Amino acid sequence: MSIEVIGTVAIALCLLIGSGFVAVGVLGLLKFNDPMTRLHAPTKVGTVGIGALLLASMGHSFLIGESSMHELLIMAFLFVTAPISAHFIAKVNIHSRSCETPPAPPEDATWSTLNVDEEFEAEVLDQR
Amino acid sequence: MARAYQWLLPHPFLTLLLAVVWTLLQNNISFGMVVFGIILGIIIPRMTAIWWPDTPTGIRFGKLGSYSLIVMWDIVVANIQVAWIVLTVPNAKLKPAWIVVPLELRQPEAITMLAGTITLTPGTVSADLSSEGHSLLVHVLHTDDPDAVLDDIKTRYERRLKEIFQ
Repeated sequence: MSIEVIGTVAIALCLLIGSGFVAVGVLGLLKFNDPMTRLHAPTKVGTVGIGALLLASMGHSFLIGESSMHELLIMAFLFVTAPISAHFIAKVNIHSRSCETPPAPPEDATWSTLNVDEEFEAEVLDQR
Repeated sequence: MARAYQWLLPHPFLTLLLAVVWTLLQNNISFGMVVFGIILGIIIPRMTAIWWPDTPTGIRFGKLGSYSLIVMWDIVVANIQVAWIVLTVPNAKLKPAWIVVPLELRQPEAITMLAGTITLTPGTVSADLSSEGHSLLVHVLHTDDPDAVLDDIKTRYERRLKEIFQ
């Protein structure tokens, strides 16, 4: 077997694994029935899914002789930004009380998302 | 000399990172692009210096490397676990839970790294920080034993991060 055949098979395998994980992520998003558990499927399964797809893209670029390293950057940015967006969605869920209210923290007064001036919040809601 | 260095390079690691990112963005390595990357790496940290009030000092890069490897391995394992839960556990049997992690870390950079790690690894999402920053709220997708998950976070990640940031 030549290196090209092996490379092509490896790339195809990466594509299959990647799309499989992304499919599971979407399935989880559809299947779970409350906002906090829904958040789990795409944030995690997505990283390896996209990672495998990017690995396939990088492998392909090396195989055809036009090496590309952009994928490494995409992966790095994805790993940095995925937790932030998950964090914000979780904060919105807590703030809008659309999930179970979390237990109070042991040391401080409350969670920072719930730490709002109630009069101010009522005022903002009135203005809408 | 030391003060000139401090003025020119307030965050040497950020400078290096920006230069590498710029070179990767160009997708080919040429002398001009590397030099331009270094120029950007000097200008950007200087212009954004007001948003970086204290530089984290004494980061142990060797430990940071081994920590990254552990986290990457955990991410792969976590993906398989979560995929398995999504495919096999019916909604009625799912046991989600809130976990409160009391933090020993104090530096914002270290807490950010811990929160990011928690979100990327086994069935956990870091949801909120307490109002004074002494504990972290974590949501677990499916667990029979929340205390075991808490222990795992404390010993596997927080202890290592404490060593990295001293």
